[in-house]
Parts: sequence; structure tokens; C-alpha cells
Amino acid sequence: MRDALLDRDIYEPEEGEIMEVAMGPHHPSTHGVFRMDVKLEGERVIKLKPVFGYLHRNHEKIAENGAYLSAIPYTDRLDYLCSMTNNWGYVMAVEKLAGLSVPERAEYLRVIVAELTRFQNHAGLIGFLLQDMGASGTPLMYAFREREKVLDLFESLSGARMMCNYMRFGGLRVDATKEWLDEVRSLVTRLPGFVDEFEALLRANEILLARTQGTGVLPRELAINASVTGPMLRASGVNYDIRKVDHYGVYDRFNFKVPLGEHGDVYDRYMMRLLEMRETVKILEQALRDIPEGPVMDPKVRLRGLRPKPGEAYGRIESPKGELGFFLISDGTGNPYRYRVRPPSMINLTILEDMCLNHNIADVVIILGSVDIVLGEVDR
Amino acid sequence: MALPAIEEIKAKIEAAIPGASVTVIQNGSPSAQHSLLLDHAHAPAVAKFLRDHAELRLDYCTLVTGVDWPDTETSEKIKVKKLVKAADGTESEQEVDEVRKTKVPGYLEAVYHLFSMEKKHGPVVIRLRTANRTDDTHVPSLTPIWRGAEFQEREAFDLYGIVFDGHPDLRRILMWEGFKDFPMRKDYVPPPDEIPDVAAQAAGQESHA
Repeated sequence: MRDALLDRDIYEPEEGEIMEVAMGPHHPSTHGVFRMDVKLEGERVIKLKPVFGYLHRNHEKIAENGAYLSAIPYTDRLDYLCSMTNNWGYVMAVEKLAGLSVPERAEYLRVIVAELTRFQNHAGLIGFLLQDMGASGTPLMYAFREREKVLDLFESLSGARMMCNYMRFGGLRVDATKEWLDEVRSLVTRLPGFVDEFEALLRANEILLARTQGTGVLPRELAINASVTGPMLRASGVNYDIRKVDHYGVYDRFNFKVPLGEHGDVYDRYMMRLLEMRETVKILEQALRDIPEGPVMDPKVRLRGLRPKPGEAYGRIESPKGELGFFLISDGTGNPYRYRVRPPSMINLTILEDMCLNHNIADVVIILGSVDIVLGEVDR
Repeated sequence: MALPAIEEIKAKIEAAIPGASVTVIQNGSPSAQHSLLLDHAHAPAVAKFLRDHAELRLDYCTLVTGVDWPDTETSEKIKVKKLVKAADGTESEQEVDEVRKTKVPGYLEAVYHLFSMEKKHGPVVIRLRTANRTDDTHVPSLTPIWRGAEFQEREAFDLYGIVFDGHPDLRRILMWEGFKDFPMRKDYVPPPDEIPDVAAQAAGQESHA
């Protein structure tokens, strides 16, 4: 009797049998509420469909129902790790739409906060990626220790750690004090040491190399055709950084390099973030050296009751995740007629299936980790 | 590298693809990003031309989105001759103002922003319009040309109801399967919040038991 029961309970898959697994929406490796419907043959992935929308709150409709100013705090909640760059993308689109100018000090401060955002985002991403590979705890805590220092600076500048709501079209909400800039300077002198330490921690680790090199390769042509942007695109060897292409803000005044990968695998994407952190420190040093005195807000700009002429504009920046763009259509009233976000996280997921096919299911976790998604932005 | 003016791009398209109808749509904002309206029959060929042309090389389709332009009603005052009865009962022909209303049918629009990663220029904006907002909301899909349009076309289908013919996997993406309406349209009315009647449900369950 007992043997008969046991026989029935033991599950033995048939040869070539296909198993369907829903990874998520609550699986910890999905970094939020995200699901992948995976078909497996043994452990090998033969099909993968990303499913999202769990966090959808129709951000675009909310913004279309409010004034131009009232959309800024909502942009904080897109990619909630990088509210400063989200603000920048949106205010830049409004500035293009209405033809507004920005004082020079504000441009420098925008670069400083955006690069600090990039630094903490990349540090966090590497921490999470290593955590996904099984380096439990330590790298992530190192990253968060550093991220916390940046968030403290954001808090003393804008009043909020993560939902900064700091930028305005035509400038910034508040000016930075001299003391704040000195604090940033002293942090920036310590950042290279952190990157060295962070890199030495696991860079040459054999397990990391074995798991990441050759995993999830994204060929160059496919990356371009699928509109992949950001460090992921550059890991595949495409030299396309909007800071260099558009020279928006005052980025043409700084001397920095764009790191490029060769193989387009998970390891290259991981290294891309490390190298970009070093370049970010360079930009920060130059911006902090050259920042001029002056106002941070154009006094002619009407924040409340802005009514741009009918027309449309697309503004884009290089956010830590890729190209973050905002497309606005004005019909001459105080609300945007059309407000559209180009979410880099979501579009970078287009080729998730291509990268995961024929890999083991455990690799799916790190391939997804190397894309760097935030579900607040994917689902909007 | 500088991008040719929008009129030049239009001329290039018309020279290369006979029969293609391309209309330049001016943009009144200081951004001066003008766009090209394409016809359905030639849109995929034009898109392929823009992507592969040696000088343009618009290999990167960054943004795809829908825009809703609802039906509009224009009214104009016209003078009409009419028989008017005066107070004393006599009838005379007089000119009277009358308001004539004309309905302009709306449409849905798919907007594509193209850049070039190779030449590092852009944007070129192309637009496709549906016949109306109700029964013919089809436009050709450009996903076969730019894979990056795949999720965003699905999103425009999901939130606006634009049907992209030739899309490999046109399903709802943000709203759930079985959702009926298109929430980003201008005339969308959200359903009232439903507060479940817990007491009635409990009573119903008991009666089943």
C-alpha cells in the first residue's frame, strides 16, 4: 500500500517533455512585480514571454489631466531609483516645447545631481546582480552603504531621499548652498576608492566569470534594431551615448569617455556599469570645479499656468537605464494634450527572450538582472 | 552629421517609391520637429527606405505612440433667406442668421520617432492615421522593420485601440486580457468604483451551501 502511494507521488518527466513555469510576479529575482512565462525542456529555456502591467496606473492619463507643473512629482515615481533624471527628461521636453532657457548654474547642478543618480543606480544594480548570482548580502550592502550617502545629499538638497521633485522647467526649485557643494566634493573624493573596492570584491571571482561570460549574448545588429539603449547597448559595442550625441545641458564642456563592450554578454554589461561609474566621477569633479554663481531659475518662466503654443516636442536624456524620452503635444491650453514617456526599461525587455533562449533557467535570473529594470517605469 | 530638411526627405521618398503619398505636417512649437504623414499602402516600404538609405540610415526607432483626435464639430454662421411672419400677420422674405454645424470625423494616430545610431542624427517623425475611431482603426505595423516598435505598438493597441496589421504578437500589454475599453482615449469614462456587497455575497454563499 505504502509503495503504491510512493510510486504515484514520484514525478518522472518523460523524455522531451515540456514544462511551463510562471516566474513571478512575486519571485524575488524579478525586482518587483514582473512575470516571465517560461517554457522549459529540462532546464533549458525554449520560450519566454514577459508579462507586465501589475503596477500600471496610467501615469500618462494622470499627467494629461493636470497642468504641466503637476506632472513633475509624478515623474519621480516612474523609475523610483532615479527621480532626478526623470525630472530632467520631463522638464527638458517642456523647455523644448515652450522654448524656455535655463540659467547656467542650474545646468551645472542638473549635471551634478544626474551623475550622482547614475552613480547610485549603477552601484545598486551591480549589488542586485551579484545578489542574483548568489553573492548573498555583502556586495548589495556595500552598494547600499554608498547609495545612502548620495540619498542623504539629495535629502538635504531637495527635502526627499527618493521622490526629489527637484527640477522645474526653466531651472531648479531651490539653489544648492556652498556647504552642500562642499559635502558633494568631499563625497566625490571618496567615490573612486569605493569603486576600486567594489571591483576588487568580485571582478576576478571564478564563479562570477563562469556564470556571466558568454551568458545572454546580445548581438550588435539586434541591439540597434530592437531600440536597446543605455549601458546594455554599449555593452554590445555600439557607441551611442545621448550625452555625447545631443550634447544636452552642458555635457559638451566635460571631458569623459564612453566605455564600450565587445561581447555583449552579462559580464560586459556588469563591467559597463563599473566603468561608467568611474567616468561619472570624472564628470562630477569637473562640474564641481566649474560651477558658476548665479540664479537657478529663469524669472520669466511662468511655472503655474504655463501655456505653450500649439505644437509638439520630443526631449530625451541619457538616464542610467538608457534613453529616457518625453513626447508632449500642446493644444495651447494649460494641460498637455498628449504626454508620453519613452521608458528605457520596458523597451530593453523586447529582446529578453532572444537573450534567454537555450540557457538554463538559473541564467534567466542574471540575464534579467543585467537588463536593469524598474517596474515603476515598465508599467507606468 | 546634419539631417536633410524635411522637404528634402519627402522628395527622396517620393523619388524612390513611386505612388507613395507623403505629406509634411508642420509643427508650430519652437522645437520645430516637423513630421511626415504616410499612406497605409506604402508605409512599410517607406519605413524600409528610411532605415536602409545610405545617407539617412534611420536605424533606430525610439518612440512609438498613439494619439487620439476625437470627432470635432465646427459651426459657422450663414445667412439664409426665409419667410418671416411679422406681428401684424404679413409674411415677408428676410435674411436670417442660421448656424450650420459640420462634423469633422476624428481619427487615431500612430507616431514614430526615428533616429540614426550610425549617423547620430534625428529625429525624423512619421505618422500613420486610421480612417476613423470606431470601425476602421487599422494601420500597418512597422515592427517587421524596427523590432523596437514591438512593445510600444502593443501598448498603442492596448490603450488606444489602434490595430497594427502585420504585428507578430498583438495582445494587450498593460491592461489585462478581457478588458474591453481603451483607457487613453479622450472620451474614456472610467467605471465607477464598485464596492462589493459583502453581506449579500455571504448570504448567497450560505444559500448555496
